[in-house]
Amino acid sequence: MLDDEKKPLVQVKNLKMHFPIYRGILKRQVGAVKAVDGISFDVFEGETLGLVGESGCGKSTVGRCVLRLYEVTEGSIDIDGTNIATLSGAELRAKRPQMQMIFQDPQASLNPRMTVGSIISEPLDEHKNMSKDEKREKVGELMDAVGLARRFADRYPHEFSGGQRQRIGIARALALNPKFIVCDEPIAALDVSIQAQVVNLLEDLQEKFGLTYLFISHDLSMVRHLATRVAVMYLGRLVELGDSETLYMTPKHPYTQALLSAVPHPDPAQAGNIDRVILEGDVPSPANPPPGCTFSTRCPRAQPICKQDSPEWTEIGEGHFAACHFIE
Amino acid sequence: MLNFTLRRLVFTVPTLLLISFIIFLILDLAPNDPTGNLPLTIPPEVRANIRASLGLDDPMYWRYILWCQQFFVNEPLNLLNQWFGWCVGDCENRLRVTSWATRSPVVDLIAERMPQTLWVVGMSYVVGILIALPIGVISAYKQYSWFDQAGTFVAMIGFSVPTFFTGVLLIVIFSVWMPNDSVFWLPSIYDTTHKVTDWGSFVFQMRQMVMPVMVLALYNAAQISRFMRASMLDNLSQDYVRTARAKGLKEKTVLLVHVLRNSMIPVVTVIALGIPQVFGGAIITEQIFKVNGLGQLLIIGIEGADIPLVQTLTFLFAVLIVMFNLVADVLYGLLDPRIRYD
Repeated sequence: MLDDEKKPLVQVKNLKMHFPIYRGILKRQVGAVKAVDGISFDVFEGETLGLVGESGCGKSTVGRCVLRLYEVTEGSIDIDGTNIATLSGAELRAKRPQMQMIFQDPQASLNPRMTVGSIISEPLDEHKNMSKDEKREKVGELMDAVGLARRFADRYPHEFSGGQRQRIGIARALALNPKFIVCDEPIAALDVSIQAQVVNLLEDLQEKFGLTYLFISHDLSMVRHLATRVAVMYLGRLVELGDSETLYMTPKHPYTQALLSAVPHPDPAQAGNIDRVILEGDVPSPANPPPGCTFSTRCPRAQPICKQDSPEWTEIGEGHFAACHFIE
Repeated sequence: MLNFTLRRLVFTVPTLLLISFIIFLILDLAPNDPTGNLPLTIPPEVRANIRASLGLDDPMYWRYILWCQQFFVNEPLNLLNQWFGWCVGDCENRLRVTSWATRSPVVDLIAERMPQTLWVVGMSYVVGILIALPIGVISAYKQYSWFDQAGTFVAMIGFSVPTFFTGVLLIVIFSVWMPNDSVFWLPSIYDTTHKVTDWGSFVFQMRQMVMPVMVLALYNAAQISRFMRASMLDNLSQDYVRTARAKGLKEKTVLLVHVLRNSMIPVVTVIALGIPQVFGGAIITEQIFKVNGLGQLLIIGIEGADIPLVQTLTFLFAVLIVMFNLVADVLYGLLDPRIRYD
């Protein structure tokens, strides 16, 4: 793919999401959980950007910020040329059809008192002017697209299996023909066999509708399979971003190396031969991140400078970025 | 659902029979004497005769069976006769459940008292719900705001301050301190004989209802608003609410269609379970404002050891409680598609 063909659909610049902590009788703000602390990335049209990292590193928060499901603390989010970080209520709602989200928990994210048909068609009521029959037809098409029988439209979410519910969630997200979809761990709550089905479905839909995904996951193998490019996150910051194959084959950042070495090997006979990087200690609290490089407390290569200066986000190869003082 | 309801209805029969027997047993064990309120000059042998004429010398099980026969057979037959004019058996001399104190049939007494109770206590329940629901919704939506704090404070007061205090306080303010010619003056005694015929009498009826209704409404609203708030908070943090926002729905739709409808499930149940209390009357409040409703009737009955009256009233309350428990279960099933009884 040539560079000039690539057009960024989503541009995130210096995104910060700090959740305030209130303490005491007067509920004074005593600090903030820096769930996302200054990250920037682009998502190009038609690609899948994988976002990986361990639990609690702020992956989901990024996803929700990008769709303005949270009020971001700082930074800009340009989607298709509009900065949605500062849009107000009605303008933001008008923008919603372009950007949708597939949620992690397919059970909890569907309103238990609404039928599948009304869950899928509700965005149409709000944003499109369609007659009842048109809506019914559209719901039918969407259900076909995600592989659900049309006759299920009058059933309630609890009557479905996990995989089917996730399909409902996907159909719902597709209802308004979005360009950009944030998939927030869409397969984490599913069985392995169902995971493959749902991932394949996501791939098919991307091809069919020309979708752009931000795919958030902790499943490194799945991200490798699905993503064009991958971003690695640690404690609210990006540590490395690059082309999927390059990043998986030659990870540069010590955290990426440690993370990738944790991927189980499919062949048990070979499993013992992997040179695992074992990290010591726990992830520091995002309310009180260490000074300098946030990874310095656990990094096998840490030097005194890491505890003082925050490493720059630098391009180390073509489209390959990392934040470390010691990239060779 | 229909099968479930029918099955439950069948089960209520033995339950209610057992309840009626237990009530009878407790009343029989109670150390009160129906002749206790009579003048002391009446000699003991006359008292013994009075007691014998009331049937108190018969064994307990026999009196229970007689009550059952009067209540479950004679009273329904009498109702048929009164409502439709159908006569089954001996209509003239049928033995009805009769109050020992007033000598009039208990069911007639209850029918006389029911309207006052339903008007005052029922209205207070409706007003309480109408106040509580918006307060609960707004308190939850703006959690920890000054509105929520104020709502919590009022609910705490309404919940913890007894009605005999708030009732008397209102009387002191609006009937005693307030000058008689002020528009804000309210009568402290509820006039049951008052008939609404025109606008003026309607206004008077409203005025005499204000205080008892508000006293009870405060108490009811305190309870229901807390339920509403808790239930809303529960649902506001659910994932499907985020989904609704991500769909780009208006905040009003998110709140009223998604959150409120789900939050109403437990609240409706609580409201349904509270309805029997409306029929039971508010004994204390009715006493304070001299509303001669069912609560007051029950108190008079207990004071005078009027066993047939107390037995029948408490049994009717038991019927209502059992029935509204069933109604609450059925409502739960209707409102929540995840619950299916069959």
